[in-house]
Order: sequence, then structure tokens, then C-alpha cells
Amino acid sequence: MNKQTDWTAHIILGLGVLLFAFPVWLVFAASTQTTEAISRGEVSLLPDLSQLGIYAEVLERGAGHQSATPVWRMLGISFAMALCIAIGKIIISFLSAYAIAFFRFPFRMVAFWTIFLTLMLPVEVRIIPTYAVMAGFGLINTFTGLTMPLIASATATLLFRQVFLTVPDELVEAARMDGAGPWRFLKDILIPVSTTNIAALFVILFVYGWNQYLWPLLVAADPKLEPIVIGIVKMIGSESQTEWNRVMATAVLALLPPVAVVVLMQRWFVSGLTEGEK
Amino acid sequence: MERRTIFGGWLLPAMLVLPQLLLTIFFFLWPAAQAIYFSTQRQDPFGLRTVFIGAENFSALFDDALYRQSAFRTIVFCATVAALSMGTALLLAVFADRDLRGRGVYRTLLIWPYAVAPAIAAVLWILILHPSIGLLGRWLNRHGIPWDYKLNGGQAMTVVILASAWKQVSYNFIFFLAGLQSIPKAVIEAARMDGARGWRRFRTITFPLLAPTTFFLLIVNLVYAAFDTFGTIEALTHGGPGKDTETLVVKVYRDGIVNLDLGSSAAQSVVLMLGVIVLTSLQFRFLGRRNPT
Repeated sequence: MNKQTDWTAHIILGLGVLLFAFPVWLVFAASTQTTEAISRGEVSLLPDLSQLGIYAEVLERGAGHQSATPVWRMLGISFAMALCIAIGKIIISFLSAYAIAFFRFPFRMVAFWTIFLTLMLPVEVRIIPTYAVMAGFGLINTFTGLTMPLIASATATLLFRQVFLTVPDELVEAARMDGAGPWRFLKDILIPVSTTNIAALFVILFVYGWNQYLWPLLVAADPKLEPIVIGIVKMIGSESQTEWNRVMATAVLALLPPVAVVVLMQRWFVSGLTEGEK
Repeated sequence: MERRTIFGGWLLPAMLVLPQLLLTIFFFLWPAAQAIYFSTQRQDPFGLRTVFIGAENFSALFDDALYRQSAFRTIVFCATVAALSMGTALLLAVFADRDLRGRGVYRTLLIWPYAVAPAIAAVLWILILHPSIGLLGRWLNRHGIPWDYKLNGGQAMTVVILASAWKQVSYNFIFFLAGLQSIPKAVIEAARMDGARGWRRFRTITFPLLAPTTFFLLIVNLVYAAFDTFGTIEALTHGGPGKDTETLVVKVYRDGIVNLDLGSSAAQSVVLMLGVIVLTSLQFRFLGRRNPT
């Protein structure tokens, strides 16, 4: 085998990297320049590092008018929302998959198919009635309303069920011989065998929660409950007076946390995402 | 596949599935049933009385030229986004699969955009495509090519397609790369011995072996483009100019939440529901119970 450098591959992959990195670099560079320069279309590709203070500024007072929501608050909402959704989905799906895989109870299959059906019903196809249900429960403009309906998950349940079905019979039998009750079995066998799946799901669901747009738009009309993704779209709403440097700084802040989660947990994330495919 | 029951009793398992079931019933099944119910009703302007009108909302919907245009637009939009992002991802994956120095680094640098929210992707593209503050937009205008996606419908469509496809490349890349890595090296080696090289080897051996991945991704991408791009479109064009980038999901939101047309919005929801059911069943029919996320 000749070990020559594969230039074609390096060039194509380099272009791919650039395709992703360039827009973000441009936004970062723009965040450190004046709104006037950006509005004139004179964005320099080199960031002005003396202007990094803009980040502290948007964190503290947001963008736009005086009473704008500070960005740290919107980041906090997004963070809490993403965590609640990820952890909530994992716990609820883990428990229901456990019941379906290891117990025999009346209506077991009915329960399974009911959960399965949610795959067919994304928020977008039931916007108004779901809103009406939320209003009926008094959950509009509450943090519970923002997160709870997003916690039900067919995909996570299906995934855990699949993992549980691959637990070897000998292991199950051995646990039974030892007289392990349902809780000990869950704690000593099931949780350890599914840690990688849990880690992978956490990444996927954290990103899912952080990136929600339509649902918070409906349920969180109160600016106090606005996640960052909604906040930033509102900032560019009135284009004539948009403070572009603040918007761009906010964009950088909004994309850092989920990107950090994906990059830091890359190994589990990639294997967990593609596992069902093989 | 079933597994032998290992624990008896029904109270404990019932308690275990209960939270998931309650959420599913209250926030999924009940609203979906309501959508179906309201799609057969007409409400008076004050919302005081509803009358059963059968399929009238649906026939009104399909008679509405605006709705048909929006449906057609959605199909074009979805197909283009899927083709563009899958094509780019496949190209990158084929090269990232080669035995290359620094391929780990390349991989990391190619998967992070998975985490970018669709609405944030839109903001990133403003600085490139905006007619007055965007790098490329300004360049085009300066060189005598009129560019303004706030006024030109075709350009608006191009912009939302680019931003939507860009965001999805990483996801496709991850799956294509995993698919390529699961092709046995012996198969590729055998093709090499037979003298199949480069493009021909890819076309006759690699690509057919990737078919399950490609089909799975096609469905996922269509669903993504149809449903998850709402934020991208809202941030870039609000469905405009006119209705030139109004996809079915943007329309159901406008008609339902903004214009409060309950009957029509419910009928549109039901049509979308059928669309998801068809796509999801196709996926499960051909791929077995896999793990779409």
C-alpha cells in the first residue's frame, strides 16, 4: 500500500469543515464590531478582540429596548428546559420499557401501542388542541407547561425496550436465583447494562430540548419564560433597528452549550445515534 | 421478539407505565382526537356553537388554490433540502471513511452542527445572504445581480433551503459514515481485485450496499424538512414574501394560531397527520423497528 497523502480527501473534507465553520466565525467576528459597520455591510473577517465586553453586556441586559430580557435569563430557561426534558424522558421511558419488557400485566400491548402512536403525532399536527388542553390545565406560561408535554417519548421507550431484550437470559436467570426483586434487578442489572445508551440519549434529548421552537412559541408568551432560541428570533424581528452585534453575540451564546455537549460526549453520542441502524 | 416474564403482579408494572401513558393520553391522543373531531365541525365566529359538516372542511381545503400551492411548495422544499443535505453528507462521508491522517479531527469538525437549532442556523446565514449586511448578498448586488430574498420569492426559497439543508448535513454524515464503516472490507477488496475503481466501484458496490441507510435518511430528512424547519423559515422570511416560503406547517400555524380558523386548521392538522403516518409506516415497513430519533 502506498502511503501518499490523499490530497483529494483533505481538500474535500477541508471544504466541508469550512462550510460549517465559516458562518459561525463570521457571526463571531461580527459580534465584536459596531452595529453601524455591520449595517453598512462592512464586516471584517478579523474579530476586534477589544470588544469582547459585548458578551458580558448582552448577558446582563439583552438586546433591543431597555426592558429587554437579559440573555443569561434566556440561557437559564433553555438550560433548565433541556435538562428537564432530557432527564424526564430518560426516566419515564426507562420505567415504561422496563414494565413492558419484564412484566406481564393486563393491557401490556395496548400500553405499548399507545406509546408507539406518539411517533405519528408531532406537535405540529396537533397545535391548537394541545394548546387548548394546556389552557384547560392552567399550564400556559408555566415552566411545567413548557416541558411536561415534551417528556413523553416513544423513541426512547422503543430504544430501551430493544436494549432490555438483548439482556442475556442467563443473567436474568442468575438474578432470579439470587432472589433479586424488581427494584434490585433494575438497579444492579438494567441500569449498568444501559449506561452508554443513557449517555447517548442524554446528548440527543438535550439538543432536542434546547432547540425547541414551535412549542415554547405557543406556551411561553411571557418573556420571563422565553428560551434563547425564541428570544433571538424576536431580536431580529424589527429589522430596521436591529442591534446586529448584540444579536450575533447572542447567537454565539445560544449555540455554544448544545455544541459543547455534543463535542464532549461525541463518542457515546455517535454510537448511540446509529446503533439502531445496524 | 418476546422475553419470558420474570416478575409477576400487575400493580408495579402499571405504576411504571402510568406516567408515560398519562402524558401520551393527555398531550398526544386527546389533542389528536380533538383535531379529528374539529376537522368535521364548523364553528360560528364567536366560538359559541359548532355544527357537524362532515368532510366539508377537507373539500374546502383541497379546493383552495392557496392550500394546493402550499402543499406543492412543501414537496419541492422537502425534496430539495433532502437531496442537497444528503448529497453533501454522502460526499463528505465517503472521503472521511478513507484511511486518512487526522480523520478523527475531521469527524469532530463535521458533526458539531448537529447541535445547532434550526432557528439559530437561520441567524448564521443572515450574515452571508442578507441583501445589505450579508457578505454574499452584498457582493451579488454590487456585481449587478439583484439579490433580495425579502422581495424575490425564488430567492427566498433558495435561502430557506440552504439554511435548512446546511443544518441537516451533520446528521446525515454521521449515518452515512456508520453505514460505510459497516460494509465488510472484503467486499470492497473483492471489487478492487475485479478492477472496479473509483466512481464505478462506488456506483456498483458501495452505493447499493448503503441503500438501507439512504432510505432511512430519506424519510428522516423529509420529516425534518416538513416539520422542524418552522423556526428557520420564521427567522428568515416569515413565510414570505407573500406566501412564497409558506410550507404546510407554517400555514397551519398561521391559520390556526394567528387567524384562529379552527375548522380549517384542524383539517390541515389531520392531513399532516396522515403524511407523518405514511412516512413513519414506510420506514418501519422497510426497515423493521429501528431507532429514528
